Amino acid sequence: MGLLDVIGPVMVGPSSSHTAGACRLALLARNTLLTPPTRATLTLHGSFAKTAKGHGTDRALAAGLLGFFPDDPRIPEALTLAERAGLELEFRSRDLGDVHPNTVQLELENASERVSVLGSSVGGGLVRVVRVNGFEILFSGAYHTLLVGHTDQPGAIATVARILADDGVNIATLHCARRQRGGAAMMSLEIDRRPAQFVLDYLSQLRVVSWLRMLPEVMQTAAPTPAAPSPQEVPHDP
Amino acid sequence: MTLNELAQVPGRASEAVLRASTPPEEREALLSAMAGRLAEMRDAVRRGLATKAPSRTGMVGWNAATLWEADDRLGAPLLKRVQAYAMAVNEENARMGRIVAAPTAGSAGTLPGALLGTADHLGIPDEVLVMPLVLAAGVGEAISQTMFIAGASGGCGAEIGPSAAMAAAAVCELLGGGARAAVHAAAMALMNTIGLVCDPVGGFVEVPCVSRNAFYSVHAVAAAQLALAGLESFIPPDEVVGAMASVGRLLPPELRETGEGGVADTPTGRMIALKMA
Repeated sequence: MGLLDVIGPVMVGPSSSHTAGACRLALLARNTLLTPPTRATLTLHGSFAKTAKGHGTDRALAAGLLGFFPDDPRIPEALTLAERAGLELEFRSRDLGDVHPNTVQLELENASERVSVLGSSVGGGLVRVVRVNGFEILFSGAYHTLLVGHTDQPGAIATVARILADDGVNIATLHCARRQRGGAAMMSLEIDRRPAQFVLDYLSQLRVVSWLRMLPEVMQTAAPTPAAPSPQEVPHDP
Repeated sequence: MTLNELAQVPGRASEAVLRASTPPEEREALLSAMAGRLAEMRDAVRRGLATKAPSRTGMVGWNAATLWEADDRLGAPLLKRVQAYAMAVNEENARMGRIVAAPTAGSAGTLPGALLGTADHLGIPDEVLVMPLVLAAGVGEAISQTMFIAGASGGCGAEIGPSAAMAAAAVCELLGGGARAAVHAAAMALMNTIGLVCDPVGGFVEVPCVSRNAFYSVHAVAAAQLALAGLESFIPPDEVVGAMASVGRLLPPELRETGEGGVADTPTGRMIALKMA
């Protein structure tokens, strides 16, 4: 925990875990789609399910899906703004099993793609995404995150790592998971800076790569792209 | 750096925190970011004092402004100012206004209440408050090494406790206290919050959270006063943190931010929960 995490974040209340953390999880989930979601099913677990309304968790999740950061003054009106933006929201409560008490499953879709993200708000506004499209990966939103859907085959991870290395990009964390040997796989890489656009384009053209998304850092205070972050210009659907 | 280690550095504790946490080339950036946090706190206090608009539940919203406008019959302007500032921030929080978590949103009023309240009472300008704020962050960081700072993990003693400890250290240093005094102010503040339950009515961060921030901002100033007079925590600071953590873990889940015990589990508390569900 850094000094600015202790005195911070600057955020819209009332709860760092149930409001700011929820907003960040939704913001990360939104960015796993190329264009904004038009429909979202949000399944709340544990303390999230029990105290969602009191903590504005529903509004914070809607805000994140709209691309707002935790300090955005529009968070209290996010449910109305979502409706106006044509984003259909459905909230559910369910026991999601052996996960952190503050966990939400976000199932998002738009005309061309769907994605499922499972994440937890672990306190003080810090978050962990632990599953994307059923793959058990792990990232925190504290760094730039590269998500790569790929084929499970020798050299797949090395290839991606080498291309990042050639661009001088340092990998802070790396998690990978596969459905079966030789089948679909995914890796999450937390990296110290966003790679050059042509590097992302090149990665996404590789035969071994089926899907690629670049997620922003979400721990900073001021939204770098306040209204709606532009969709990542990376091709390929999941 | 642990609190015990921090107590032993020569000179001001904030300087040691800054040196230990931040490489020299990032020092200016950190200080300017911290000054930004201070400005945000200032702004939240200002907004909170200027309105009596109720929160969504209607349980709070007018406390800070009402106190601020009331006569000071105690003849204790510092007390009134500190309490009003603290509640101003937490009522902004309850209205879903913009605040600085310090260290959490539920305990966001204690530090600005104590630090800004004391500074304004004494006419100390904001630029002098940045280093005490760095120290507050360092104290919070040290405590978080032992226990996660959250009502859900250890009750309010693990939430308002650290915030009061941070505020006590900051006020102590602001008034000239050295590292040893500042850390012992923190330890005394923390020691006297141990066992406090987290029992938000209806699960909302309003009752008792808003008034609790007012009380514990005063508590922090009181701890600073003892430390500045040379009084110390008999139990070494790190051991106090350990005691806070072990008591927190002993608390049953009903008393850890579930809204199922304490004042949340009173007839009125249950009625609010039903009404707002």
